Amino acid sequence: MIRDVPGTLAVDIVGIGLLGPGLPDWGSARAALADPATWTPAPLVVPAPARLPATERRRAGLIIKCAIAVADQACTGAGIDPGGLATVFSSSSGDPANCHALCEALAGPDPFVSPTRFTNSVHNATAGYWHIATASRAPSTSLCAFDASFGAGLLEAASQCVAGARPVLLVAVDTPYPEPLNSVRPLPDSFATALLLAPAGADAPLARLSLALEPGAPTPCMHAGLEALRAAIPAARALPLLQAIARRAAAAVVIDFQSSLALRVAVAP
Amino acid sequence: MSPLAITDYTLTSAIGTGRAAALANLREGRSGLRRRRFETAALDTWIGEVPGVDEVRVPAPLAEFDCRNNRLAWLGLQADGFAASVAAARARHGARRIALVLGTSTSGILSSEQAYRRRDPDSGALPPDFHYAGTLNTGSLTAFVGAALGLDGPSFVISTACSSSAKAYAAAARLIELGLADAAVVGGVDSLCLHTLYGFDALELLSPEICRPWDAGRRGLSLGEAAAFALLERDAARPRAWLLGAGESSDGYHMSAPHPEGAGAADAIRAALAAARLAPGDIDYVNLHGTGTASNDLAEDTAMHDVFGAHVACSSTKGATGHTLGAAGAVEAAISLLALEHGVMPGGANRIAPDPALGARYLDASVEAPLRRVASNSFGFGGSNACLVFGAAA
Repeated sequence: MIRDVPGTLAVDIVGIGLLGPGLPDWGSARAALADPATWTPAPLVVPAPARLPATERRRAGLIIKCAIAVADQACTGAGIDPGGLATVFSSSSGDPANCHALCEALAGPDPFVSPTRFTNSVHNATAGYWHIATASRAPSTSLCAFDASFGAGLLEAASQCVAGARPVLLVAVDTPYPEPLNSVRPLPDSFATALLLAPAGADAPLARLSLALEPGAPTPCMHAGLEALRAAIPAARALPLLQAIARRAAAAVVIDFQSSLALRVAVAP
Repeated sequence: MSPLAITDYTLTSAIGTGRAAALANLREGRSGLRRRRFETAALDTWIGEVPGVDEVRVPAPLAEFDCRNNRLAWLGLQADGFAASVAAARARHGARRIALVLGTSTSGILSSEQAYRRRDPDSGALPPDFHYAGTLNTGSLTAFVGAALGLDGPSFVISTACSSSAKAYAAAARLIELGLADAAVVGGVDSLCLHTLYGFDALELLSPEICRPWDAGRRGLSLGEAAAFALLERDAARPRAWLLGAGESSDGYHMSAPHPEGAGAADAIRAALAAARLAPGDIDYVNLHGTGTASNDLAEDTAMHDVFGAHVACSSTKGATGHTLGAAGAVEAAISLLALEHGVMPGGANRIAPDPALGARYLDASVEAPLRRVASNSFGFGGSNACLVFGAAA
């Protein structure tokens, strides 16, 4: 077990969700992450969010569906009831298609905003849908740090997990903007991952992590295809960490965060 | 949690730039809301605009961040010598040991609204002067403020609608408690834009008259804009006040309507009291979320009654500032700190007829009284709730 040191956060990963190009879920993607030579890029297939009540399911866009898919995977895999689970949702952009539709509607000669579009425009819309679906009154934080959103989310989730001594579900998700915003913020595809964190000392975790803030260059993916995803999609900054967990071997992964301060994650199986 | 020293704070809103203007206006019960138009919005409503934001220029090296939200942030950082206080803290702790956690709901989205009106007629492209990362992206706020203050510690934006900047206090306190930082700049900045004016209007939550929290005839909220900041430090010789506790919860009920019995709100208040190791009777005054919508005030009143009974004095200051959304938590934290430092409970502005359905001990006029502990409620869309508890310096 990783020992507690001031300024470091020790947490266990007890559930993982994943959805990306050629990465349909954590269970089937694990082998490809451990040995990327076996990874085949393929279009993302988003499962229907069966967990959502009918009204919310009708109103949910792609980003919400992706988030719910990975959150469900992580909770199911861990055998944890999400009903009382605290959450952290990390995204660089919120719902990009919704943002575009609102900007377009407001630019016209007769500006109009649909109530559902406005409600979905808040950065925490995804978190709101998840907590409605799970009837969870536990705390939830939604955050953004542009390209460093995954590192910020992992830090915040681990902070809540250690400070509150309770499990915290981290969901990191990004989907592309339509044009014209795609040209100024191009994302090649959607990517979502969920990490269910538990206080250090969990039974049979998928990995034990120790996090610290240190200067350092981010760890790349040693595979051109995965590295292209990592570099281009903020949520895919999780890939080197997911690869380290998939390999079931001790590793050190550096995730970019501030300009001169990175998140150094020691991974132990 | 361990009490955390608040060594400086500031607020800039429709009731003035800096603490002194806000305090004087709150004492006198003056509102900063005016019936006027904003930008191209064709809506007849009252807004809490900060004068002079359009004239603010961000420093030239940070030109890529130029937008209404970051201009307002820059204006707010200069008020009360706050930027100088942070510079002194940076000299004490080092740039990497000061966290930066800020809240916003719409960031620089006004820039994208304007850019969409200037798309290339042939290609549809956005104008070349539109800078996505510096304006529209939610993370623009901490990127700008971090660069402006020369900070390099852990930094991110919390965006949970109207609880954003209250939750920033909670997240920053955790980073300090866990040894990941020795100090933190917290706060929130949100600025007027068409999204929120038309959006709240579409939801029939935007009042056609000045907002009247806790009034029997309240017709909705009035939008405002603001920048408010505070400096939290692990150790301080002369704190201005203390952050004693923070509580967070979700409703898990509806995207845009509060839980009708205020169950999530009550959870957050109780969690804040528990974190501060206080009983409800230890709180002297509560600054309410009090938006002036029919459903918020009713649900919040129920939560207040559940936790405090009918005894604690409370008011909403949104009749003075307007609802500043992602900045509201930080604005009302700063008002709570003014209340503690100066011994004044601000009255809620604009109320004509008390709502007999609401039982809270709501103050219509300011009351001078020594205060030991004050709480501030913040609730947002998506069912996001937060409550902060502050204590007097001595």
